[in-house]
Amino acid sequence: MHRIVSHKLLAPAAHDMVVDAPLIARKRKAGQFVIIRMRELSERIPLTIAGGDPVAGTIRLIYQEAGKSTMEMGLMKEGEYLADVVGPLGKPTHIEKFGTVVCMGGGIGTGEILPVAQACAQAGNRVISIVGARTKELLIVLDDMRETSDELLISTDDGSFGFHGFVTNLLQQLVDRGEKLDKIFAVGPVPMMRAVCNMTRKYSIPTEVSLNPIMVDGTGMCGACRVTVGGRTQFVCIDGPDFDGHQVDFDELTKRLQAYRTLEKEAIEFWEKHRCLLEESHS
Amino acid sequence: MSATPSLKPDIPAKTPKVPRQPMPEQSPQERRHNFREVPYGYTPEIAVVEAMRCIQCKKPRCVAGCPVEIDIPGFIKLIAEGDYAASARKLKEANALPAICGRVCPQEDQCEKVCVTGIKGEPVAIGRLERFAADWEREHGLVEVPELAPATGKKIAIVGSGPAGLTVAGDLAKWGHSVTIFEALHKTGGVLVYGIPEFRLPKAIVQAEVDYIASLGVKVVTSVVIGRTMTIDDLFEEGFDAVFIGTGAGLPYFLGVPGENLNGVFSANEYLTRSNLMRAFEFPRADTPIARSRLVCVLGGGNVAMDAARTALRLGAEKVTVVYRRSRTEMPARIEEIHHAEEEGIELQFLTNPTKIIGNDDGWVRAMECLRYELGEPDASGRRKPVPIPGTEFEIECDTVIVAIGNGANPLLPAATPGLKTNRWGNITADAETGKTSHRGVWAGGDIVIGAATVILAMGAGRQAARSIHNFVMGIDTSWPSQ
Repeated sequence: MHRIVSHKLLAPAAHDMVVDAPLIARKRKAGQFVIIRMRELSERIPLTIAGGDPVAGTIRLIYQEAGKSTMEMGLMKEGEYLADVVGPLGKPTHIEKFGTVVCMGGGIGTGEILPVAQACAQAGNRVISIVGARTKELLIVLDDMRETSDELLISTDDGSFGFHGFVTNLLQQLVDRGEKLDKIFAVGPVPMMRAVCNMTRKYSIPTEVSLNPIMVDGTGMCGACRVTVGGRTQFVCIDGPDFDGHQVDFDELTKRLQAYRTLEKEAIEFWEKHRCLLEESHS
Repeated sequence: MSATPSLKPDIPAKTPKVPRQPMPEQSPQERRHNFREVPYGYTPEIAVVEAMRCIQCKKPRCVAGCPVEIDIPGFIKLIAEGDYAASARKLKEANALPAICGRVCPQEDQCEKVCVTGIKGEPVAIGRLERFAADWEREHGLVEVPELAPATGKKIAIVGSGPAGLTVAGDLAKWGHSVTIFEALHKTGGVLVYGIPEFRLPKAIVQAEVDYIASLGVKVVTSVVIGRTMTIDDLFEEGFDAVFIGTGAGLPYFLGVPGENLNGVFSANEYLTRSNLMRAFEFPRADTPIARSRLVCVLGGGNVAMDAARTALRLGAEKVTVVYRRSRTEMPARIEEIHHAEEEGIELQFLTNPTKIIGNDDGWVRAMECLRYELGEPDASGRRKPVPIPGTEFEIECDTVIVAIGNGANPLLPAATPGLKTNRWGNITADAETGKTSHRGVWAGGDIVIGAATVILAMGAGRQAARSIHNFVMGIDTSWPSQ
């Protein structure tokens, strides 16, 4: 059982949760994830570790409500317990002194790029971060990102804050101003990562993306998370989650992410109905 | 048959006139719609009749056919005499998990294959009797915690809570050692809980066996992945004196044909884990979904293929076809599982293998293209090699393909453990007699060493390793093979 130490709303449907997990806090590195199970009969859901404190024995998870399970988790309160938190899973992000690194976060992915940016800074890189969201209120962890980056660029799709446009437009500006970019890390929605990769391919800038496909066990046992990278099938849970973005088959990934769309809707409907009944019976 | 049989164990009878006793079971029409266990098991009356069919050979060939050398005539004699609890105790002298083995062992390839009564008639139903005695003991609350040896103060870590790990844990705990099992998943039992379905091995039985092991003082820690949460070296730093690795064969093979990543293509591991471990058959009450399939193809001819096919049927599929590239004779599945699957209406397509999986525009499976095969010369496994017949391509319409063509070694733990040697398939290299690996203080056994095999072989390896670990930590034999 893992106690929820704190649980805050960062933006509409985006949460910042700190959980007791001493063994994981001691071992985790940037880019790794955990699998959480709230209670009996809950799903196992993979969440990237956004940070942690090995002394306090806690890890930080930043997640967005995307389905029934994360919606339900969003209602959990400080002091409550998660049945299981297992990890740190996946290979850590490979970080060395590259030179100038661009860390790009889209939407909730900003929480996942944060530890990568921190590790890059620690390894002596010059870190330029680019974060973007649909609109101002969905921008998250800006202070953390600012603190760890030499330069922070911000965009919103609707122009409500920062640059009016996409993170790729800001990346283009960096290229245009003559920056020599040695490495790019991008985490965010699939269309964002794909757009970044399509652009950096033109300039031959090595680009790592962190993939978040459907998983069950997270230890290589089931193969639900398989993706095609460079024409070969890879298991994201043990071969990734980071891959050379120029080699990833994003079309396939997009389709595979939608495999349970109908059933997910059904799960939400069932849950909402069930919740109402529960609330009625309590009142 | 009289109710109080008089046994004459020392006089071998002629061919027994009493036929092998069938086990009462749910009808195929009924069971294909539920997940309850198929056979009900023997009643005491049937068990006694079946037990009397055993002629109590002086040199029992069945014992030699058993990987853990259960005293088979011994436990059967006790059933015939009506002392079922004693029979269960006799079983447990050699086999810590008889209720499980009675259900899932391939008896027809082991003990029953060499049974003398099987030469002219049908062999004694050893597996059914084993199951009967173990169930009797459990259901009547007669399971006793054996006397434990005085505490040795030695700490042993077991990685993985499947059949191998549970066996090692049970033995070492009885000998007075302090044992901790680390399990990566949230439930204990390994393949017994995520792989084998409820209708073949009820999870309550697995839980009872795990509870029994825990009652010996074994600590069980779930949701800890050795190799990630902690390394083998961490375990030694924590004060463990020895480590046993029984992580199983947990890396599913796929086909290597086009279309294998379409939606609707699953490894049997994924499909079965969703249903068995995550209880997707209760969706949406349970959160984990599973495909709602209409036309299902299962690839493979082993027990896992049968389990996946029969699970798909119970989840509501209209038609389930098992596609196997060899013929019926070469199927590695237990005969009983094949029989049950066919009774339930599952179709078997032999000498057939897919060349590609065909999808629709949304990325979902719509059909599988296959080739017909014929049997050629025997291959390395001794089975006749299937050879494709050119020009015989045809399509099978399906919306789901479940791949059950085997599992390789999971690389996670070896990759995180310097000094632990693996062979070219990724299996951990371990001494065949003792289970000692190339890493001093570390043993391995079961599927992670020999590749995907059976529950009983994993238990046999666990038993050997337990003895070797005991000798090592007690200073009786601290030698280590130089590699």
